[in-house]
Amino acid sequence: MAPVSSTQGALTRWRIEHASQLNDLRRGIYRFTRNWLSVIGLLIVVVLVIIAITAPGWVPYPDDIAGAVDPANRMKPPSAEHVFGTDDYGRDVFSRTMWATRTSLVVGIIILVVAISIGVVLGALAGYFGGWVNQVIMRATDIMLTFPGIFLALAISAVLGRGIEIAMLALSITWWPGYCRLVEAQMLKIREEDFVAGAKAVGASNLRIIFRHILPNLLTGIIVKASMDFGFAVLAIASLSFIGVGVQPPDPDWGSMISQGRRFIPSGWWYSTFPGLFMFVTVLGFNLLGDGLRDLLDPNATVR
Amino acid sequence: METLPNSGEGFLKATLRPVSVFRFDQLSIIHNAMLRYIGRRLLLIPVVLIGLSILTFVISRVVPGDPVKLAAGTQARPEQIERLRADFGLDRPLVEQYLMYMGGLLQGNWGYSISNRREVGPDLVRYFMATLELTIVSTLLGMAIGIPLAIISARWRDRLPDHLARFFSIGTASVPVFWIAIILQIILAQNLRLLPVSGRFDARAEFPEIITGMLLFDTLLRGNFEGFGIALRYIIIPAMCQSLLVISVVTRQLRGDMLDMMSKDFVRVARANGIPERMIWLRYLMKNALIATVSMLGFIIGFQLGGAPLIEYVLDWPGIGQYALKAALLLDFQPIMGSTLFIGCVVVGVNLVTDLLYRSIDPRIGFR
Amino acid sequence: MTPLVEIRDLYCEMVTFDGVAKVLNGVSLTINKGDLLGVVGETGCGKSVTAMSIPRLVPQPPARYPSGQVLFNGQDVLKISAEEVRDLRARKIGVVFQDPMTGLNPVFTIEEQMVDSILARQNALHATGWGRGWLPSAREERRAARERAVQLLRRVGIPEPEKRIFTYPHEYSGGMRQRVLIALAISGRPELLIADEPTTALDVSVQAQILRLIAELVREINLTVMLITHNIGVVAQLCNRIAVMYAGNVVESGPTREILRNPKHPYTKGLMQAIPADNSVRGSLQGVAGNVPSLLAPPSGCRFHTRCSYVTDRCKAALPPMQIVAPDHEVACVLYEDGVPAS
Repeated sequence: MAPVSSTQGALTRWRIEHASQLNDLRRGIYRFTRNWLSVIGLLIVVVLVIIAITAPGWVPYPDDIAGAVDPANRMKPPSAEHVFGTDDYGRDVFSRTMWATRTSLVVGIIILVVAISIGVVLGALAGYFGGWVNQVIMRATDIMLTFPGIFLALAISAVLGRGIEIAMLALSITWWPGYCRLVEAQMLKIREEDFVAGAKAVGASNLRIIFRHILPNLLTGIIVKASMDFGFAVLAIASLSFIGVGVQPPDPDWGSMISQGRRFIPSGWWYSTFPGLFMFVTVLGFNLLGDGLRDLLDPNATVR
Repeated sequence: METLPNSGEGFLKATLRPVSVFRFDQLSIIHNAMLRYIGRRLLLIPVVLIGLSILTFVISRVVPGDPVKLAAGTQARPEQIERLRADFGLDRPLVEQYLMYMGGLLQGNWGYSISNRREVGPDLVRYFMATLELTIVSTLLGMAIGIPLAIISARWRDRLPDHLARFFSIGTASVPVFWIAIILQIILAQNLRLLPVSGRFDARAEFPEIITGMLLFDTLLRGNFEGFGIALRYIIIPAMCQSLLVISVVTRQLRGDMLDMMSKDFVRVARANGIPERMIWLRYLMKNALIATVSMLGFIIGFQLGGAPLIEYVLDWPGIGQYALKAALLLDFQPIMGSTLFIGCVVVGVNLVTDLLYRSIDPRIGFR
Repeated sequence: MTPLVEIRDLYCEMVTFDGVAKVLNGVSLTINKGDLLGVVGETGCGKSVTAMSIPRLVPQPPARYPSGQVLFNGQDVLKISAEEVRDLRARKIGVVFQDPMTGLNPVFTIEEQMVDSILARQNALHATGWGRGWLPSAREERRAARERAVQLLRRVGIPEPEKRIFTYPHEYSGGMRQRVLIALAISGRPELLIADEPTTALDVSVQAQILRLIAELVREINLTVMLITHNIGVVAQLCNRIAVMYAGNVVESGPTREILRNPKHPYTKGLMQAIPADNSVRGSLQGVAGNVPSLLAPPSGCRFHTRCSYVTDRCKAALPPMQIVAPDHEVACVLYEDGVPAS
């Protein structure tokens, strides 16, 4: 029994050592649950993640995902067999809508990870070194911010061809300047603080100071921004698919389904309506969650 | 202690000072500093625009598709294509093409569209005016909804009105615009037949005389109320879609800032001085909170003036976003360059104006 | 004669994340017209909450008052309507807060803030630009208010007030801003001035000027003052009466000289011992070992018993009532329950 008691001891010791953090956490959870909008957001997100992971196991018409064609069931309105109706190839809109969750979430995560990596590195360099490094990086950021993202995506897809990878690349490239500015502004402030001077005094290298000492302090801001951005990344991907440069049919995607369904309006209203509604709920869930997290983590955003 | 440089006349002006807040006594000081500030900001603009033009140029010229073949059509003979290519200077080296284009631009020549052979410059202005009209209407609509919503939300914080207002504003940020545009078309235009499905003006009615290019204003200026009614009916659905963004940004920003301000000491002092709650909210908090909202709003207006390609595409609103989107889909090189640079100029200009406005509302920042 | 302020057995609780803090535990306090009452005690002992309860400036929620009365001129301010509260703040009570740097609205000129406040105090807000601000009569009212503002600023020692009134707060130093805030506080010719640590955030040299200003104003316009401070030295100079608070209770009150010369409560004695060491006592005191107890779970009985060297079992059982130990000198301590011990 000795090992057990020693782990218990370690746990207790850990608890005591991190008492203030644990208390912050408890406080955070309390505040988060007090705002029922964030709780709804969290529930939506959890359900979506479950759908995304388990969809292959239970969607009623898995064959329709790959592009099976069933002309007999063409454009059937919602019914017990086809909850969201069927599309112009007789495929089940419900199955395809659920399946599209997988692509959207994965793509959203990849876009943000790439954009944050680029933005954080450039912003940290610009903010830490200042001078001409700052000028070059920040003017490039200004240019990118004035450049309309959707055209960049169109241009890139014209060069490299259409497809989801291309859309991801284009959106990552247009998304980093926001993070770059955030990190740069914070960096300018933090590099003047005592602990940075202290790290310099003991001979820490520049890179070490940036990545070990300063960046952890910026993490909260980045997480807050990322949680607010995720919904918009999902929207952006769908927008590109909508104009035809993102996900290519027959792969299911909300944007391209809405775009194809548009041709059957008004009689075939369900084809555009349900994927759009589902997408709306998805983005809403992430935005509600992001808003709650911001209230929680951003010391400037809350008065409580 | 700071004293004003023109202190000799201060007292006289002070006693004669009108009730309004305009401050003649400080105008000259602000003016010089402001001009110097504007000058410094203007110097940076060419840097951004040249960078933008090179970026656009490179991207649009490394595109592998052949715009000349696309424009000439499938029936064209090779020598026709080559002549067209020479006409547009597309057979020269890239650097020379770029310098030629920029040289023309400096003389006010935006070039020609290779797909419809029209001049780009006048088209840009025409399409931009439609976007400007849409932006004005949607911004006003968004503020008319967003500002009261923010006040209600902050006033009844963490109570039901706040939850509803926040849910609404987060909802407006979460709606896919191209989808809601379609849904509004289905409901308002096709089922209820209240509004036209798409476009900017009734093709059967007489098109109004163009003065500014904004139909709502042009018809009013000419006293053409029938035309105004038609234009108004056409702009409602696009403006509703576009204003969602404004609502969400204005509500969230203003609510947050008002709550921030609520905890400030000056609110407590104002209360202790017997200033009524209504006046604290609508005057004391509002001006402070609006400072950040103005800069946010400027950003949003600049963003909208860049055109909303998806809304303009779905609802067939002939704005600059639609123009650029079509050009991009057709690989139409000079309109792509033109619209990108034009939008870039507009965004930079709006940001500058916003910054000036921000600095003149907030006395603490000034023009350093 | 009815006292100007009479607080009777006031309880106040704050609802926080960690629980309900019992901030005031039966406070009783009397301020007569013309008094200069100094309220002293450590941070978090309820001085400010007691004082701000009079103009009802304690935000509810999180605060609530389960029982007790706050009588101002014989009227219980805890029971009056919002409009009556506003009128009370506007015309009867002036408040000066601790931090002058944040007390003025940064985006309005001093003139706008003072004129608004003066008009609010005259119940003439229709002239502030809300409603009929553009009418000639309103202009006249504004002009009169502005003249009064200039007079007030001159009185509190702002140089060239007729010009400086048109500048923004950020152009003023901390001491100047505190002067402006005092001018704002007395602009309604209040009967009571509550000064909540008015000098704590200022430089030492400026502190003395501000205190002198308050003393002058008291003489000129018949103010009654409630001065909250950590600093017994300040009280000794300025006030004619002292109330000592500890953890939500008034433990001793009486005339300044009597208490300085002859402190009774062990806590007051500790405070007095702390004076010579450091004239601006803040936080925990050298004269009293230990810290202020948590108000979430306060000690039973006399809340001071955890730090008191005379502690007995009776202290832990019940809160001792106020005992009169000398004319006008009251103390709440079991040591004096059977009259004054010989010591």
